[in-house]
Amino acid sequence: MRKAFIPLLIVAAAMFAYAPIFIANAPYESTMLLIQKVMYFHAPSGMVMLISGLIAGLASAVFLFRKSRAADYVALAAAELTGVYGAIVLLSGPLWARKAWGVWWVWDARLTMAFVGWLIALAYLVVRKYGGPGSDKLSAGLALFGAANVPFIYLSVNIWRTIHPQTTVAPTLPAGMREPFWFCVAAFFLLYSLLMTARVRLEHQRAALDDLYLAAED
Amino acid sequence: MTPDFDRVELFELSRRFGRRRAVWKVTLAAHSRDILGLLGPNGAGKSTLIGMLATLVAPSSGTIRFGTADGSRSSAALRAQIGLLAHELHLYPELTARQNLTFFARLYGLEAERVVPGALDAAGLTERADDDVSSFSRGMRQRLALERALLHNPRLLLLDEPFTGLDDRAVTLVSTRLRELAANGAIVVVATHDLDLADGLVTRVALIRDGKLVADEPAAPGLRSRYRSLVSQT
Amino acid sequence: MFFRVAVLVLKKDFTIELKSREIVYTTLLFALSCILIFSLTFVVEGQPLAEAAAGIVWIAIAFSGTLALGRTFERERYSETLRALMIAPAPRAAIYVGKLLGMVALLVAAEVLLVPLVSVLFQANLVAQLALLAPLLLLGTIGFAAVGTLFAAMLVRARTRDVLLPILLYPITVPVMIAGVRGTSALLQEPAESTLAIMWIGILASFDVVFVTLALWTFEPLMTE
Repeated sequence: MRKAFIPLLIVAAAMFAYAPIFIANAPYESTMLLIQKVMYFHAPSGMVMLISGLIAGLASAVFLFRKSRAADYVALAAAELTGVYGAIVLLSGPLWARKAWGVWWVWDARLTMAFVGWLIALAYLVVRKYGGPGSDKLSAGLALFGAANVPFIYLSVNIWRTIHPQTTVAPTLPAGMREPFWFCVAAFFLLYSLLMTARVRLEHQRAALDDLYLAAED
Repeated sequence: MTPDFDRVELFELSRRFGRRRAVWKVTLAAHSRDILGLLGPNGAGKSTLIGMLATLVAPSSGTIRFGTADGSRSSAALRAQIGLLAHELHLYPELTARQNLTFFARLYGLEAERVVPGALDAAGLTERADDDVSSFSRGMRQRLALERALLHNPRLLLLDEPFTGLDDRAVTLVSTRLRELAANGAIVVVATHDLDLADGLVTRVALIRDGKLVADEPAAPGLRSRYRSLVSQT
Repeated sequence: MFFRVAVLVLKKDFTIELKSREIVYTTLLFALSCILIFSLTFVVEGQPLAEAAAGIVWIAIAFSGTLALGRTFERERYSETLRALMIAPAPRAAIYVGKLLGMVALLVAAEVLLVPLVSVLFQANLVAQLALLAPLLLLGTIGFAAVGTLFAAMLVRARTRDVLLPILLYPITVPVMIAGVRGTSALLQEPAESTLAIMWIGILASFDVVFVTLALWTFEPLMTE
C-alpha cells in the first residue's frame, strides 16, 4: 500500500479535478436545475460516512475484546473521517433540500441518522481529547454503542416520518447522470481510503516515537 | 475450584501510559510466608505494581503467574485468593462497620453471621460496630479495611501504604497481624515509602525507583541507612 | 450467583440511600423543576400546549436520570469502592446489573410523580392510558438506564466526567427518546392510537434486549485499565 500511495493520490486528485467537468456535462434534472448537482458530492459523502462509522464501531470492538492497538488507531482515524464526511453531508444536504422541498431541514430517517452519527463522532473525539487516561477505551465503548445504534435510529425515525428520496434513487438515475454519480462515488471512496491510510500511519508513527522516547531513556 | 498457589512471579512486567513508564521490566517473585516490601519514593510505580498484582490493571507487556495460573486473565476464582488494602480504603462511609463487613462478606460468598463478628473483634471495633464509618478516625477505618480485605482468607494479600495516618499502637497491631498471616502461609506484599516502618516487618526487600527494580534481596536490619541513597528523591 | 450479587449490590445502594435519601429527594426535585421550566415555555396564550406533554415527560426523565447517574457513581468514586467491587470474586457484570436495577427503580419513582403532574398541568389525560403507558415508560427507562449506567461507570475515573456523560449518553439514547415520545403522543390522541403505541413498545423492548446484552459484554473490558 505504501508504494501505491503516491500514485493513488495522483489518481484521486485527477478524479476530483475532472469531476466538476463530468458533473457539468451531466443533464440537468427537470425541476431542480443546478442545485441538484450537489447530490453528486452529497450522496457519496453520505455513503462514505456510514461505512466509516461502521468501521469505527467494528475496530472499537476489536480493540476492546482483542486489546489490539492497531484496531484503536483504525477506530480513531475512522471516527475523525466520519466527522469530516458528516460535515460535508450536513452542509451540502440543506442546500439541496431548500431547493427541493422548500425547507432547510426535515426530521426524516437519513438526515436524523446523519446528524446523530455526526454527534457521536464528535463526542468520540471530545472524549479522546478531554477524557484523561483511559479515554481510548471510553471512546471505543461509545463507538461500539453508536454503531449498534444505527439500525434502531433508522427504524425509529423511518416509522416516524419519511420525505427523503428512497434508496432506490441511485439505480434509477437516467443514463447521463449515472456515470458522473458512480464516478464521484469511486472518487470519494478512494479519497477516504487514502486519508484513512495516512491517518492510521500517523498514529503508528506516534506510537513508534513514544517507543523511541522510552528506549532513549535507558 | 479456587486455584491455590504458593508464589507469585512477575517476569519482565511493564506498564506504560503513553510516554510515561509506570513500571518497566520488573522481574520479581514473592513466596508463601514472605512479607515482601515494595519500597521506593512516591511515584515510583509501586501502586501500579500492586494494581497489576490485583488484576485490576492490565500489563503493557510481560507476565504475572500465580503459581501455575496465568495472571493475564482475571477470573473470579483467582480473585477469591487475593485481598487488597489500598490507600483509599474502599469503605462506604454512609454504612456502619457491621454493614460494610456484612456486604463484603456476602459479596465474597461467605456466611456473614459466621465471619463478621470475628473480623470486628480482630479490628478492635466490636463496641463501635453499629456506628457509621464516616464517624471513624483514620486508624479505625484502616483496621476495618484490613479486616475486610482478610474476610475470605486470601492467599495473596496486597497492601498499598497501609501505615498512613496510624499511631504507633495501631502500627504495631497491623504489623503483628501481618506477621501472623505470613506465618500461616499467606503471601504478603506491602508497598510503602516509609523505610522505618518497613524495617523489622518485611522479610524481603524489592526497591522500586522510576518504575524499575533496583534492588531485590532478603531484608536486613537498618533499611533506612542501607537504602537511603537509592530511595532519596533527587 | 449472578443475580444474588446483583441483588446484593442493589440492597447495599438502597440501604445507603435510605439513610440520607439525598439522591431521591434531589432527583425528584430536579425533575419537578424541569417540568416547571418546560411547561412555562410551552404555554401559548395562557393555554398549555397539549402536544408538548409527551416530550416534556421524557426530557425530564432524561435530564434527571443523567444527574442521578452522576450522583450515584460519585458515591462509588469516593473511597474508590468500585475498585473493591471489581476485585471481588463475583461476576463483574452482576455489579452492572445491580446498579442498573437501582437506577431503574429511582427513575420509576420519579415517573410516578411526573406523569400525574404533567397530566394536570397540560390537561393531557396520561393517567387514563396507564395500561399501555406503564410498559412504555418502563421499557424506555430500562433502555435509558442500561446505556447510562454503563457510561457513568466507565466515566468514573475520567476527567470532566460530569459533562461527558450527557455528551455520550444523549446521542445513543435517541431511539429511546423517539420511541418514548411518539408512543406517549400516540396514547394522548383522541381516540388513543393503541396499535401504534404497542409498536413503539416493541421497538423499545428490542432496543433494551440488544443494549443490555451489549453492556453485559463490554462492562468488564471497559472497566479494567
